[in-house]
Amino acid sequence: MYRYDELDQALVDQRVAEFRDQVRRHLAGELSEEEFRPLRLRNGLYIQRHAPMLRIAIPYGLLSSVQLRTLAAIARRYDRGYGHFTTRQNLQLNWPALADVPDILAELAHVQMHAIQTSGNCVRNVTADHMAGIAPDEIDDPRPYCEIIRQWATLHPEFTYLPRKFKIAVTGSPEDRAASEVHDIGLQLRRDAHGAIGFTVRVGGGLGRAPVIGQVIREWLPLAELLGYLEAILRVYNLHGRRDNIHKARIKVLVKSLGIERFGAEVEREWQASRAHAPQLTRAEVERVRGFFKPQPYETLEKYDAVAGREPAFQAWYRYNTRPHRVPGYRAVLVSLKAHGAVPGDMTSAQMEGVADLAERVSFGLIRSTHSQNLLLADVPQRALHAVWRELLALGLAMPNIGTLTDMIACPGLDFCSLANAGTISVAHQIQQRFDDLDYLYDLGEIEIKMSGCMNACGHHHVGHIGILGVDKHGEEWYQISIGGSANGFTALGEVIGPSVAQQEVAATLERIVETYRELRDEGERFIDTVRRVGIAPFRERAYAAHPAAA
Amino acid sequence: MRHILRQRERLADDWHYLGEECAEGDPLIVPVAQLRSDPLKWQRRTGRLGVRLGPGDAVEELAPLLPRLALIALEFPSPGDGRGYSQARLLRERLGFRGELRAVGAGVREDQAFFLARCGFDCLEPPAGVDPETLRLALRRYDVAYQPGAAHPELRRQRFFAP
Repeated sequence: MYRYDELDQALVDQRVAEFRDQVRRHLAGELSEEEFRPLRLRNGLYIQRHAPMLRIAIPYGLLSSVQLRTLAAIARRYDRGYGHFTTRQNLQLNWPALADVPDILAELAHVQMHAIQTSGNCVRNVTADHMAGIAPDEIDDPRPYCEIIRQWATLHPEFTYLPRKFKIAVTGSPEDRAASEVHDIGLQLRRDAHGAIGFTVRVGGGLGRAPVIGQVIREWLPLAELLGYLEAILRVYNLHGRRDNIHKARIKVLVKSLGIERFGAEVEREWQASRAHAPQLTRAEVERVRGFFKPQPYETLEKYDAVAGREPAFQAWYRYNTRPHRVPGYRAVLVSLKAHGAVPGDMTSAQMEGVADLAERVSFGLIRSTHSQNLLLADVPQRALHAVWRELLALGLAMPNIGTLTDMIACPGLDFCSLANAGTISVAHQIQQRFDDLDYLYDLGEIEIKMSGCMNACGHHHVGHIGILGVDKHGEEWYQISIGGSANGFTALGEVIGPSVAQQEVAATLERIVETYRELRDEGERFIDTVRRVGIAPFRERAYAAHPAAA
Repeated sequence: MRHILRQRERLADDWHYLGEECAEGDPLIVPVAQLRSDPLKWQRRTGRLGVRLGPGDAVEELAPLLPRLALIALEFPSPGDGRGYSQARLLRERLGFRGELRAVGAGVREDQAFFLARCGFDCLEPPAGVDPETLRLALRRYDVAYQPGAAHPELRRQRFFAP
């Protein structure tokens, strides 16, 4: 993984010193809340329902065991012994005290971490495919480019006060596991006929109130031009994006109002005109950063059948919670943060420490956080899998449900977030209870549920096979359900099936929806494919039928 | 008496905004709307001439007037409005403006000073009640950066460079 050099370290250290002074001035009454707000946001600090919330950056989801242990220690010392992994691969602490935050940031800086630009109207954490570097279908590892973009975007003097937040994702595979099409900028790695690296650039995607799939602004962008071209997009946005209405301030609104042709022409003009002053991406710098992401020193392993003769529980876990690896004899292991009864994405300090230990022993000391709020041990020898499973079982992290209905994505919701309209945790528990039968889950196959507690769509409900959106109805928590969304490979926005349902009705409604699927599916057909084939009408009819089981 | 930070020095402001009391030939900053409506009148005026732009004004329209302008003031109505950072880079890099580039308004505070300077502002005029000295000290918060930027404040290390 990337290691800070003296520049990187000096920058985060100086950032901590700056924020320490800003907190001091705020607590001394020299900085009003209004003045302090944009400063604390740019250091990941929200003021939430109960306490401040600190969002710690995990650039493109990659952590060392030392870093994960530090997160565990911080959560234990400054919080309540757990953290929450987000859809942007970051970690949130829900209960830190404001006065402690500079010390937390200093501890993070000590292990080459920070919370810079994890909030606020600036370029946010750059995300990537969690299978980067090991996926069999990969064109190139996206992480070196994510790291380069992270550095370029960090404390960018021109783009620190944008009209609105700005999210960039890079995918290195044809199967887009980074949801790049629903980002402000989505970069898809490509190779030209000579093998040179470049990107297809999409712009204006995003979820939130008005979900939009990003459009291609440039089919081919050579790697050397990456930063200059990003600057051109950001400059056009910074100057012309709307600032009068927070709900119309994302770049997608600007792209839509100008049209992709005109917006693209503006960017092209700006790009050509600014070349003499654009940051260069030299081959030497690319090679320096790529050097940190070389393939691990894999062993040459004998062919090994990990499941032969093993107990069914292990076989189920193997099938659902491990993934193929490019290197023979290795598998990638998903650490499920979706145990039934747990909060999706939450992890205790003890669990973090357990996974850090495990990573050191069997996966080169590295851990990844995924877009779907699980962790990944990327490089586990097949012969170690059974032991890994037993350890994960003991840690409560082996729920064999990855890719199934209960591997749902959920934002923290009303229990924590001051923006939310409705709770997500209680609904997640309700769903986990109703769908607690693994055989039933396996029969349903691959279904992605994504749940957000409000229109801001942190839970990406628009692109869930089943999306659940919390709404406020006369002070009560209701839920709007959509189906047919997808963020992988073929990006599509779900369609709302009808009126929202009361909180206690959510799981029952989902059950009617998936039962409809079971009736209508063709042999081997996934839920999403059935929805695409038959449309939402049959689901709508059944979802609202009173007590269909009794009928 | 208004104070500014010019080239990292705290000074009494020698410029006047249109409407403030001043003598014939004193350095004068006029709003861009005035300059737009009667450019010849202002260009003929004796003394140094400056113009003040809002964040929504296109800097490109100043191109023909740049040789006559000794100062351009860009307004930051709040810390969150970042358009002036792009306007500044365009003026310095695209249009080659070499005169005084001044940031003015409620958004010009110590916590923005480093970014402003990096985008090419050589003069910071904070709102009344804020001592420019605090801005001067804040310029020292960082001695490294990733991106190319203005020559001051000087950096010990930088990652990416312009050609």
